[in-house]
Amino acid sequence: MFLWIVQRDLLLAVRRRSDVLTTLFFFIIVVSLFPLSVGPEMNMLRMMAPGIVWVAALLASMLSLGRLFANDYLDGTLEQMLLSPQSLSVLVLGKALAHWLATGVPLVMMAPVLGIQYDLPTDALFVLTLSLLLGTPVLSLIGAIGAALTLGLRGGGVLVSLLVLPLYIPVLIFGAGAVEAIMAGIDYDAHLSLLGAFLLVSVVFAPWAAAASLRVSME
Amino acid sequence: MLQGTNLACVRGDRKLFESISFTLEAGGLMLVNGPNGSGKTSLLRILCGLSSPAMGKIIWNGIAIGSLGSEYYLDLTYIGHLSGTKDDLTALENLRISSALCGTKITDMQARDALENMGMGGREFLPAKILSQGQRRRVALARLLVCRTKLWVLDEPLAALDVSAVKLIQKLLEQHLKLGGMIVMTTHQKIDVTAASTVQLQLA
Amino acid sequence: MAINWYKYASPASFYSLAGKMIPFFAVVAFGLLVVGLYIGFFVAPTDFQQGEAYRIIFIHVPAAWMSMFLYVVMAFWAGIGLAFNTRLSSMMATAIAPTGALFTFLALWTGSLWGKPMWGTWWVWDARLTSELILLFLYIGFMSLQAAIDDSRRADKAGAIIALVGVINIPIIYFSVQWWNTLHQGASVSVTQAPTMASTMLTGMMVMVFASWMYSIAVILKRVRVIILERESHTAWVAELRQKGVL
Repeated sequence: MFLWIVQRDLLLAVRRRSDVLTTLFFFIIVVSLFPLSVGPEMNMLRMMAPGIVWVAALLASMLSLGRLFANDYLDGTLEQMLLSPQSLSVLVLGKALAHWLATGVPLVMMAPVLGIQYDLPTDALFVLTLSLLLGTPVLSLIGAIGAALTLGLRGGGVLVSLLVLPLYIPVLIFGAGAVEAIMAGIDYDAHLSLLGAFLLVSVVFAPWAAAASLRVSME
Repeated sequence: MLQGTNLACVRGDRKLFESISFTLEAGGLMLVNGPNGSGKTSLLRILCGLSSPAMGKIIWNGIAIGSLGSEYYLDLTYIGHLSGTKDDLTALENLRISSALCGTKITDMQARDALENMGMGGREFLPAKILSQGQRRRVALARLLVCRTKLWVLDEPLAALDVSAVKLIQKLLEQHLKLGGMIVMTTHQKIDVTAASTVQLQLA
Repeated sequence: MAINWYKYASPASFYSLAGKMIPFFAVVAFGLLVVGLYIGFFVAPTDFQQGEAYRIIFIHVPAAWMSMFLYVVMAFWAGIGLAFNTRLSSMMATAIAPTGALFTFLALWTGSLWGKPMWGTWWVWDARLTSELILLFLYIGFMSLQAAIDDSRRADKAGAIIALVGVINIPIIYFSVQWWNTLHQGASVSVTQAPTMASTMLTGMMVMVFASWMYSIAVILKRVRVIILERESHTAWVAELRQKGVL
């Protein structure tokens, strides 16, 4: 069943390629705006790169949250999911995984290219990609709670940012921190381990909280 | 056996209905009637456990559905206003996925048979977005052919259907009742379905 | 002595109970506030390092404590409301949020006022100030979510979920911010390095803490009363109050 949901959502994402591409291009544009606003001085850009790429990834992932449940909500599929004999948490986990595969993974793959724009050294590029790989699924999982709570509300898109961005802060700190650590020549293992821990905790708790939120929102 | 005891529903400040009680035996049909805004859909959603009543409870085979949890959903099929068909998927994909969601995995062949029976033969591979309202409805209702659930809760199943489809659905409902199933439905149309017992529930 | 707690869990009886309690808490809060401020501004000695500017802590520290504490209390009541479907607990949570946000804002404001003479700048990305800022975001998130939902039942439950998720995250956020802070600045500046306090300072601060408590209780009860009236406006007992001309 879990695989069914993942497969279905990916199939839908493929049929709606433009949505996936929009998120990706948003990410690229935001990252490219910074040199234009603070100037092309390479040393400064190199220092800012981890933070910029991470913040842009945060925003891109958040913007795509609207699609996580909204379409299913509008056409009645979500009602059916609530009435499924399957556990709703598992369905939510499947949807979050599909969301990450469709929006998170493209960001992760794009990140090294953007890092090159900022003249990051190779080892930093590697850590940047790795930290995003561990961190972006957490964003999808936590975001699922926010998306579920704001389902069908006026101005849900802006509201969801108020709800989830503060919760994203730890991921941001350790994600960007890992890259800064390696650039400063410090050990970055602790950062990545903590990101991994966040991932584990959110895999266990977030689907459950999001499922509860869906039930509240659908009532 | 499905029972509702002393149900009440409140929306905002307004009481939609109160002290509604009923019993539905195997093979029974319950028709929920009432003008627009009288709470028909709310009642059906309460029956499904989608929302909880302000008062009273729903009992399925002697156990309150709140404590049954997902076990109840093994016996239930609900088709609401929204058909749950995805614009970007074909009729066939829609049917297969929606039945998998309700716990019945069906093969390609079964799905094609069901669509054929619903008069959708030859249109299985069309994306749902180019289907008409009535055709989407048929795709949604095709699920009734493949699911093996006892209790069907249908919200305006006949809306947007043409005469032949209405006949088809009525036959389907009758068959389900004959096999000992139960149906709770709302409709604005006259329907002609013989059942072991028919309960008329009037909402003010 | 058996008190019938359930009786007070019904909005109607809580409404009148709260009405009787508010004046008491309000008077005590006012008295403590006057005493606390007097000690803070006139009795407590001038700090030899920080001069007179340190006196802002008589407001800053109680506000910061209350801001964090109220979030936990809010999440507690919201959680109770979610678990046991008790409307009054959810109303309590809704009533606490604005007061909590107010204290958070006060803590930030006074922190920045303190920062100017201490560090020569209005804002320092100090771990505590940053956490406090994030706490303000969490309060705002909770309040905007509830404000966006029309159905009060859904608003209660949705608010409860986000409050509980927030309360689980607060330690994680706090820890992350600490880590981030030590990594980037070292321990060079810190608001927390309070010099050993004279006992009058401590007394003054504790009095102010109690004043904040009493104030919070009074204001929150008042707000709960308003929320009760709003939500129960269609019931018989509110109509009765209206007839009596109490409203």
